[in-house]
Amino acid sequence: MLARSTPTTIAARVRGLSDRAIAWLFITPTIALLLAINIFPLIWAVYLSFTNFRANRPNAEVVGVGLRNYQRVLNDPDIWIAMQTTAHFVFWTILFQTVIGFALAYLIDRKFRGHAFWTTVILIPMMLSPAVVGNFWRFLYQPQIGLFNYIVSFFSGIPPSSFEMLGSVTLAPWAIIVVDTWMWTPYVMLICLAGLRSIPDYIYEAAEVDRASAWRQFWSITVPMALPFIMLAVLFRGIENFKMFDMVMLLTGGGPGSTTEVASITLKREAFESWLTGRSSAFAIILFVAVFGLANIYVKALNKVKQR
Amino acid sequence: MRKMTKALTGMSSALILSTAIPGMAKADELTLCWAAWDPANALVELSKDFTAQAGTTMKFEFVPWPNFADRILNELNSGGKLCDLLIGDSQWIGGSAENGYYVKLNDFFDREGIKMSDFAEAAVNAYSTWPKGTPNYWALPAMGDANGWFYRKDWFTKPELQAEFKAKYSHDLGPPQTWDELKQVAEFFTGREIDGQKVYGAAIFTERASEGITMGATSALYPYGFKYEQTPGKYDMDGAVNSPDSVAGLEAYKALYKCCQPPGYTDSYMGEGLDAFKSGQVAMAMNWFAFFPGLYKDENVGGDKIGFFVNPKQKVAASTLGGQGISVVANTDNMDGALAYIKWFAQPDVQKKWWALGGYAVHKAVLNDPSFKDSQPFAADFLMAMNQVQDFWQEPSYAILLQAMQKRLHDYVVADKGTAQEALDALVNDWKEIFEDEGKL
Repeated sequence: MLARSTPTTIAARVRGLSDRAIAWLFITPTIALLLAINIFPLIWAVYLSFTNFRANRPNAEVVGVGLRNYQRVLNDPDIWIAMQTTAHFVFWTILFQTVIGFALAYLIDRKFRGHAFWTTVILIPMMLSPAVVGNFWRFLYQPQIGLFNYIVSFFSGIPPSSFEMLGSVTLAPWAIIVVDTWMWTPYVMLICLAGLRSIPDYIYEAAEVDRASAWRQFWSITVPMALPFIMLAVLFRGIENFKMFDMVMLLTGGGPGSTTEVASITLKREAFESWLTGRSSAFAIILFVAVFGLANIYVKALNKVKQR
Repeated sequence: MRKMTKALTGMSSALILSTAIPGMAKADELTLCWAAWDPANALVELSKDFTAQAGTTMKFEFVPWPNFADRILNELNSGGKLCDLLIGDSQWIGGSAENGYYVKLNDFFDREGIKMSDFAEAAVNAYSTWPKGTPNYWALPAMGDANGWFYRKDWFTKPELQAEFKAKYSHDLGPPQTWDELKQVAEFFTGREIDGQKVYGAAIFTERASEGITMGATSALYPYGFKYEQTPGKYDMDGAVNSPDSVAGLEAYKALYKCCQPPGYTDSYMGEGLDAFKSGQVAMAMNWFAFFPGLYKDENVGGDKIGFFVNPKQKVAASTLGGQGISVVANTDNMDGALAYIKWFAQPDVQKKWWALGGYAVHKAVLNDPSFKDSQPFAADFLMAMNQVQDFWQEPSYAILLQAMQKRLHDYVVADKGTAQEALDALVNDWKEIFEDEGKL
């Protein structure tokens, strides 16, 4: 089937090679690269997950340990706490980003004066590097000189240095949720905006003729027709936030204590600080299966919504 | 004409040698890896003498402290050839020796007449030997270091503050001698306004990711009587790690953190501590002696304004060990050159110059010199600290042991999770599991 429609004259010109041969010539490096950097490491990680291998002891004998690594990961209370922390982040960031992102998209879609300018302004956080955003917000949250504490203090009367966003067990998770929401809400907004712009005007015109109220139009036309786009945004952000690492590392490093230690940070510590390569491979496989499984279930639901 | 041909041949040969064959060029070049900090700059200066004498070009790979362990241990683990010489942390000795990353130096030392008895015993034990305390040498002590303290001498000597302190605590305001006194002094300064700025008592280590809070908290734990084992080498940690003394030490550290650390210093280590002191926020700060020469030279807080003191004792006198030994990386392509550098570095005269430039030599020719104590304002404290240092596990599995301690300490001290007893009990269980996996328990 490959490149069958290509005119034979091209092949004839290239040293008598067939179209199929030329096609393979171009595709083979890509396939080889994919196998080398995607498939092979995955298979290797699966293999390592059944061994006691430690990357910092290359000379030690590698022994198969069966399912022991999986058993240990699944029975480790610290890992379950990290999973709960991850779930907490994913839930709240998705909730805030979806609600605020959709609301912003709805406002921008009204095409008020200067909407193009405001769209650009709203998109700025998304375009910044997470490293910049992390450091930037670390300074904003600094209790003695940070702007954030002064703003809160201005509105609440609480002295700026009397609370620490990144050092408090109760506030630190929310400090990260705020930053992630600030950075990625524009992304959700863009997807929602695409959804809103895809709704044909005639549907609203028909609703106007039927004297449907604005509220009724919103719930019966706007939301259902934009829903596949919203769900798509939720899927993308969900997968991304499940893997959240850079922002948490830069803001809190998983602290205070282990309060903000999400699964990816636990994985990094196991793999590259404790050098428990076999065990961390098992943990990575479990995470991969969890994300893959949940994403598949979600995509099926998304397809059903689209087919309605 | 003949001369010209010779000259051209010589020039072309030199060109070929210097550009075309990297392996050949390597013979006259050594790469030394270390952390990027003040003493590393002093070593660059010192090494110019080696280049002048041996004709070997020295290259340096200095990695910022937060990435130092990750970067260099990855290099060693992957069999890289970046470093010919490595000034690595004392904890790495066990793993590097067992995994064959470092060259064992005993035969070389014997051949060249380098005696370990010429160096401070504690330093040799900590920076050179594996198994610990045995005469198996994997490094030459390069940079003696311990955790110490510095304070705002100009604040401490204010007459009104001295009078107020004496009235309150019935003794003079000065460098604290015990952890109880340290807390008193820290509390005395906390919240006070000095030179128009609200100040705090002490900047201490709370960093979570690498080793910070462990290095800080052990500065309290050791003086209170914390031990890793009841019997050295037996891994009998119950009753040592979680003893009542250890619990008291950890509680003291947390109390100091709660009362007197500036706001926002919940994840702070060397750099943050120095910033807090240099910006005039704190009366005292803990940090490694390696930074003291730079602090003393600081225009704003150094000179007459700064004083130094050794880690306060409580039940016993003790300091947390820092510092490193210099090792030859087994993978080097220039073994002779690397060993020649070690031989040169071990000379008493070089060690004296090393100290003068800001490096912390632990050669007895330096330490036992009658003028040593007066050579720098912190020299006497350094000498005292090096005589009372205690080190973390040097086991091959030190990294995972360290991570467990980081987690338990940060959970208790910063995140207010559980009690000190619970934190140390949990730590014993973590460590037992690790040693069981290692087959040592």
